[in-house]
Amino acid sequence: MMDARTQLLSPTHWRWYESLLWVGVFALPALLPSHSLIINEIAIVALFAVSLDLVLGYTGIVTLGHAAFLGAGAYSAALFAKFMHPDPLLGLLVGILAATLLGALCSVTILRGSDLTRLMVTLGVALLLLELANKLDWLTGGSDGLQGVVIGPLLGRFEFDLYGQTAAWYSLSVLLLLLGLARRWVHSPWGATLMAVRDNPLRAAAIGISVTSRLAVVYTLAAAVAGAAGALLAQTTGFASLDVFALERSADAVLMLVIGGVGWLYGGVLGAVVFKLMHDIISNITPQYWTFWMGLFLVMLMLVGRERLSPAHWLKKAKGEQA
Amino acid sequence: MTPTVLEARGLVKRFGGIIATDHVDLSLKLGARHALIGPNGAGKTTLINLLTGVLSPTEGRVELLGQNISHLPSHARVARGLVRTFQINQLFASMTPLQTLAMVVSQQRGLGGHWWRPLGHSTSVITRCEELLTLFRLTEVMHQNTAALPYGKRRLLEMAIALACEPKVLLLDEPVAGVPAGEREELLQTVAALPTDVSVLLIEHDMDLVFEFADRITVLVNGAVLTEGSPEVIANDPHVKAVYLGHGEEVLA
Amino acid sequence: MLTLLFDGIAYGMLLFILAVGLSVTMGLMNFINLAHGAFAMVGGYITVVLMQRWDIPFLWCLPLAFGGAALLGVLLERGLYRSMYRKPHLDQVLFSIGLAFMAVATVDYFMGSQQQIMQLPEWLRGRTELWDGALGMGHYRLFIIAVCTALTIALQYVLTRTRFGSRLRASVDDSRAAAGLGIPVNQVFALTFAVGSGLAGLGGALGAEVLGLDPTFPLKFMVYFLIVVAVGGTSSITGPLLAALLLGVADVAGKYYVPKLGAFIVYALMIAILIWRPQGLFVRKGAK
Repeated sequence: MMDARTQLLSPTHWRWYESLLWVGVFALPALLPSHSLIINEIAIVALFAVSLDLVLGYTGIVTLGHAAFLGAGAYSAALFAKFMHPDPLLGLLVGILAATLLGALCSVTILRGSDLTRLMVTLGVALLLLELANKLDWLTGGSDGLQGVVIGPLLGRFEFDLYGQTAAWYSLSVLLLLLGLARRWVHSPWGATLMAVRDNPLRAAAIGISVTSRLAVVYTLAAAVAGAAGALLAQTTGFASLDVFALERSADAVLMLVIGGVGWLYGGVLGAVVFKLMHDIISNITPQYWTFWMGLFLVMLMLVGRERLSPAHWLKKAKGEQA
Repeated sequence: MTPTVLEARGLVKRFGGIIATDHVDLSLKLGARHALIGPNGAGKTTLINLLTGVLSPTEGRVELLGQNISHLPSHARVARGLVRTFQINQLFASMTPLQTLAMVVSQQRGLGGHWWRPLGHSTSVITRCEELLTLFRLTEVMHQNTAALPYGKRRLLEMAIALACEPKVLLLDEPVAGVPAGEREELLQTVAALPTDVSVLLIEHDMDLVFEFADRITVLVNGAVLTEGSPEVIANDPHVKAVYLGHGEEVLA
Repeated sequence: MLTLLFDGIAYGMLLFILAVGLSVTMGLMNFINLAHGAFAMVGGYITVVLMQRWDIPFLWCLPLAFGGAALLGVLLERGLYRSMYRKPHLDQVLFSIGLAFMAVATVDYFMGSQQQIMQLPEWLRGRTELWDGALGMGHYRLFIIAVCTALTIALQYVLTRTRFGSRLRASVDDSRAAAGLGIPVNQVFALTFAVGSGLAGLGGALGAEVLGLDPTFPLKFMVYFLIVVAVGGTSSITGPLLAALLLGVADVAGKYYVPKLGAFIVYALMIAILIWRPQGLFVRKGAK
C-alpha cells in the first residue's frame, strides 16, 4: 500500500507521458502548418475552459457569465495594441490586469446566494458588459467590433505570420505556462481548501476556512486566466467583437468542461479539443443544426449522468477500489 | 477556581415568534467533561450553533477564553480553538480521509494559504495525519473516497477532523449517534483521553454514556436551562426525571 | 408618461403569466428549467399555425395554445424531467439548455427562422385615448391586461381556496413532509408542471404580437423569466407578480427615457437586487 506522502504527492508529478504529449503538441504547428489557425483557436478556448474549471470544477461556483472576463481581456489587449503599444507580451499583461480588476470587483456578486442567484448574477454581469461594449461604440467599435488590431513581433523577433504558426506557438506557450501554474494552485493546501468549500461550505467554515475569502480569491484568479485567453484571442485574430461576451461563449466553456470532465485541469483541454472537432465535423454535415445535435447531446449526457463521461471518474473508481 | 473557557450569558434566539433559546447561561470550565442533555427539540443543536457562530444570537453574548466572540464569524472562532462536530456527518465527499486530514491540519497550521508547494510537502503535516489516522483506526481506508466509506468510519472521520483542528474547546453534537454499540465506548474513551487542557461539551442521549463520561451535566428543556449540576445531583433530581419520563409524574415546583 | 406606465404594466403582466409556471416549478421541484421559454414558443407557434393554416379565430387559439403546451409539458415531465429532479443544479441547467436548443433548432427547421406575423382580429386593433392623449391605451394591451388579471385572480383562488392549492403549497414548503401526510406529490408535480407550461404557452400566444415570435424566443426571453423568478422568489405568486410588473415598467421606461442604455438598466437593477437580497425581493418569511 502506498504510504501517505507518496499518495498525496502523486498527482502533482509530471508524468513522462505528459511531457511527451506536450512535445507532440508543440510539434503540431510545424508538422501541420495549414492547421495552425485551428490549433491556435483550440489552445485559446482550452485556456478559457481551464480558467472556468478553477471556479466551477474546483470551487463549485455555478457561473454562466465567465465570458465577461474573456471579453475584458480581449478588449483591453486590443485597445492597448491599437492605441498604446503593439508589443504582444505587454498587451497580454494588460489584458490579464484588466480581467483581474474586473474579477475582483465582480467577486462580490458571487459570495452569497443559491446556485440560481449566482447563475443570474454572473449572466447579468456578462450581458451588462456586452451592452456596455455595444453602447460605447466610439471606443469599442460597437457591433462592428474593434478592427485593425496589429500586433508587433513576439519578443521583438518572431513576426506573426499569415499561416498562424507564431500565433499557435504563442498561445500554446501561454496555455502551458498557465496550466502549470494552475496545477500548483490546485494541488497545494490552498487548492485543497477550495475543494472543501465546494464539497461542504458549512464544514469548511467549521474547520477555520474563510469561505468568503476563498471564493473571492479564486474568482479573481480565474478571471485573470480567462483574461489571458481573451488577450490571446484579440491578438492572434486581429480584432475583438461583441460575441466574446455572449452567453454562448460561457455556455460553450461549461460544455467543454462537461465533456472533458470537471475538477481535473486537463478536462478543460480535452473538452476543448473534442468540442472543437465535434463542432467542425457536425457543422460540415448539417451546418444549421449544430444547435440541435448539441442540445440532444446535452440532454442524453445529463440523463445518463455526466460523471460517466469523465476520465477522472474512471480514475477515481479505480483508486477507490484499491486497498 | 478552575478558569472558565467558554461562557454563554443570557443567550436568546428567536425565529419569528418561536423562542428557540431562552436566556441560557452556560459555563464550561477548563478541562471539563460537560454533558448537555434534554429531550428532542430542546434546542441543544441550536445552542451549539449559537456558540459556534452558525447562528447569531438575538440577545446575549458568548465568551471564549475571556474574549467576547459573539460577532465573530465561524471560521474565526475555530482559529481561536473553538471546534465542533456535527450530528449528521459533514464530510468532504470527493476527498479521501488522508486528503481531508492533510487539508485540515495544513489549514490549522497556517498553511491554508500556501499555493505553491503541494499538499503532501510538509513532513510535520504528514506525521500528524498518520497519528490521527492511527488513533481513529482509519489507516486502512485512508485512500478511499469518503463517499464510499461505511457509516462507522465516516463517524470516526467526523471526529478526526475536529481533533485535527487542535481544539481548546470541543463541542460534540451526538458523536456516537448511529455508531454500533461496541464501538461507542471506544469512541468516547478517545474523547475522554484527550489532554486535560482540552475542554469538552457533549450533547448526548445515551444516559449510561453520559453518566460515565461527564463530570458536570446541564439539562436543557424548551430552550431554557432546567438545571445544572454534578451527575449524582442530576440523577436524583425529580424535575429531570419528570421531563424524561413524560406526563406521568407531575412535580410540584 | 401614463401611457408608458400602461404599456409597462401590460408587458409586466404578460411576463408574469409567462414566468409564473417557472417560479412555481422551481419552488416546488427545486428544478432550474431553462427550457421554460420553449413552451411559450410552442404556444405562440400553435396559435400562428392555427390562424394562418386553418383560419381558426384568435380567441379560440388561446385555449388551444394553453392545452398544447400543457400536453407537451405533461409528456416531457413524465418522460424526461422526472429523472432529473435529484440531480445537481448544474446538471439540470445543462439538461434544460439542451432541451431549449433542441426546441429552437426543431422549430427553425419546420417553420423557418423568420419572425412570425400575428394577424390580430379587428376588434383588438385600435386604441383609446383618454385625457387628451395623456393616456393612450392600445386595445390589444388592454386585452392582455384583462386576460392576465383574470388568470392571476384565478391562480390565487386556486392556491388559497382549493384543496389542490393547499396540497401544492404544502409540497412547495416541504415535499417530503407532504408525501408523509399522504399528499400524492408526484401528481401535484405533474399537474403543476402542465399548468405552468400551459400558461407559458398561453403567454407565448398572447405575447407574439407584442414580443415577437421566432425560433430564438426561448433564449432571448429566458433571461427575463429568470429575472422575474430570481427577484420575485419562488415561494409565492405575488412575489413574481410584483417582480414582473417592476421589470415590465422598468424595461419600457428605460427604453423610452434612456434608449442609449437599453437593457443595461434592467441587468444592473437585477444584479443590485440579487446582491442585496440573494433570496429574492419578495420571499415569504419562514419559507425554505
